[in-house]
Amino acid sequence: MKLLVCVSKTPDTTARIAFTAGNSEFDSAGVQYIMNPYDEWYALVRALELKEANGGSVTIVNVGPADNDTVIRKGLAIGADDAVRIDTDPKSSMAVAKQIAEFARSENYDIIFLGKETIDYNGAEVGAMIAEYLDLPFISYASKLDVNGSTATVSRDIEGGAEEVEADLPLVVSAAKGMAEQRIPNMRGIMMAKSKPLNVVAPVAFEDKSVAVSYSLPPQKTSVKLVDPENMEELVRLLHEEAKAI
Amino acid sequence: MVLIFAESQKGQFKKTAFEAVSFGYKTARQLGVECAALVLGTAENAADLGKYGASKVLHVADAALDHFDSQVQAAVIGEAARQSGATVVVVSATANGKALLGRLAVRLDAGSVAGVNTVPEGSGSFRVKRPVFSGKAIAEYEVRSDIKVLSLMGNAMPPEAVGNAAPVEAISVPVPAPRVRVKSVKRVEGIVPLPEAEVVVSAGRGMKGPENWGIVEELADVLGATTACSRPVADAHWRPHHEHVGQTGIAIRPNLYIAIGISGAIQHLAGVNSSKVIVVINKDPEAPFFKAADYGVVGDLFEVVPRLTAAVQAFKAGQ
Ligand SMILES: Cc1cc2nc3c(=O)[nH]c(=O)nc-3n(C[C@H](O)[C@H](O)[C@H](O)COP(=O)(O)OP(=O)(O)OC[C@H]3O[C@@H](n4cnc5c(N)ncnc54)[C@H](O)[C@@H]3O)c2cc1C
Ligand SMILES: Nc1ncnc2c1ncn2[C@@H]1O[C@H](COP(=O)(O)O)[C@@H](O)[C@H]1O
Repeated sequence: MKLLVCVSKTPDTTARIAFTAGNSEFDSAGVQYIMNPYDEWYALVRALELKEANGGSVTIVNVGPADNDTVIRKGLAIGADDAVRIDTDPKSSMAVAKQIAEFARSENYDIIFLGKETIDYNGAEVGAMIAEYLDLPFISYASKLDVNGSTATVSRDIEGGAEEVEADLPLVVSAAKGMAEQRIPNMRGIMMAKSKPLNVVAPVAFEDKSVAVSYSLPPQKTSVKLVDPENMEELVRLLHEEAKAI
Repeated sequence: MVLIFAESQKGQFKKTAFEAVSFGYKTARQLGVECAALVLGTAENAADLGKYGASKVLHVADAALDHFDSQVQAAVIGEAARQSGATVVVVSATANGKALLGRLAVRLDAGSVAGVNTVPEGSGSFRVKRPVFSGKAIAEYEVRSDIKVLSLMGNAMPPEAVGNAAPVEAISVPVPAPRVRVKSVKRVEGIVPLPEAEVVVSAGRGMKGPENWGIVEELADVLGATTACSRPVADAHWRPHHEHVGQTGIAIRPNLYIAIGISGAIQHLAGVNSSKVIVVINKDPEAPFFKAADYGVVGDLFEVVPRLTAAVQAFKAGQ
């Protein structure tokens, strides 16, 4: 099986969120970056498991500048065979999708894996866009995926439940919790990653149609109102009269 | 015109569909254009969408559309948008809506914004806001293309009744054959799914073990709430994984979130801090969750929660 895993780089979950340039840009000073957890823990690991069971190859693709190589190398250390970085700093989900789609168009991957969303922009858009560019089926929020011959059976999360679906390869899948168990790279993997190919390719031309132009922080909660633990009638009264929540 | 895809389930509309129509109506007013709703497959009360501001309802009645395949539905919605000359297309940011948004953007050569929670503002440029960084910041987007596609975040704007039933117009649009075959759909019956719940009662490791969840369920029961949990609780299989809220679980924004024995780690807060009112019950006055709370109770949950349940019961009985 020929598998492609789209990986992105996101600020660590505990990163302080601040902005610069008149609140028009994310302030990356002192921010630790990680591989987006859904890409790393679920999409990549499930792709590796499929390769281990069926043979084939797992390629990682990232759209981003050279700073992203550390995250890409981590993916190689976890077990991907090779990697491609499309050398541009994307400003929208569509920019990412367009680059990946144009790269993947002639490669005939059986499955293109993504994470269900990035934990910074939480857009969950890129997978659907790649699928549309390439005229492929797209199954989002997949928490389980099995492949039998040329057919994939997938369980996808929906509000309050799950849907079992089937589709023929090739297809695009976005991975959610449940699809696989996180793998920690070992020393051997880290050493091997250094010599695995990381190919840098040039981007195609693209003009953004939708961009973030400014950022703000949400209004802070005023300080918490403490209620006597013996007096829950008071809490109910506050929730009804003051907060209008019940 | 603004075209709103009103998502239905077994022929019934969900609250998210009414929210989307209401949002579309406000957007259309802001832009000075008409607003129409689009309904796919079996739909019983399509005319009701008029109550939330749709001046007409377009209906593609092919029952094949009852099963979701983002490719098929995006093709149909895209074609309906083209036929009706829509300049803004709105979907709900549900699991299915999110899979449609990106496809529609590509298909209509449109700029997209996912999970918006404000009506477009200003004149000249088209700008909308949405939470980013798991609710830790708000970004304003400018959409520069002729056609714009947006998904509306759930529970962000309550549906507002503004009119009467609207005429339903059957339209004919080719429906491609699905390539994703739906084999079965399993939904937890009888409870409001977490992303749609208005009141959520959530508990964490402070509960000590799954056998103690009775008091949480009783409180949820009297409040008509849906139950949720922190990640370690789901990981330990104390509760089913679909209850897991937070950065790696489900992000929710109910009117009321009651957190019981949850410390309030940043990854937990990321999924719940947009809730309108937050109540925290924790025996540790230093628990970080109190900083994000509107109301706090410092005490032993095993005593406080049953007391709160009784107080809610007494309040409901007196109403
Ligand atoms: C990348 C990443 C992603 C993560 N994603 C998520 C996520 O999506 N969701 C999530 O929840 N977590 C997530 N976590 C884990 C998170 O960091 C915390 O570890 C977790 O939220 C803690 O769960 P808890 O509050 O239930 O448990 P604890 O932190 O152990 O807190 C238990 C609380 O209960 C209180 N307590 C104990 N006994 C009583 C009593 N008798 N009465 C009253 N109070 C009592 C204690 O004072 C304490 O505050 C993530 C972590 C990482 C690294
Ligand atoms: N710059 C990028 N390079 C490669 N893949 C990406 C990039 N950004 C996002 N993705 C993939 O798209 C998924 C969804 O991202 P998003 O639509 O931004 O929420 C991520 O989980 C990644 O798999």
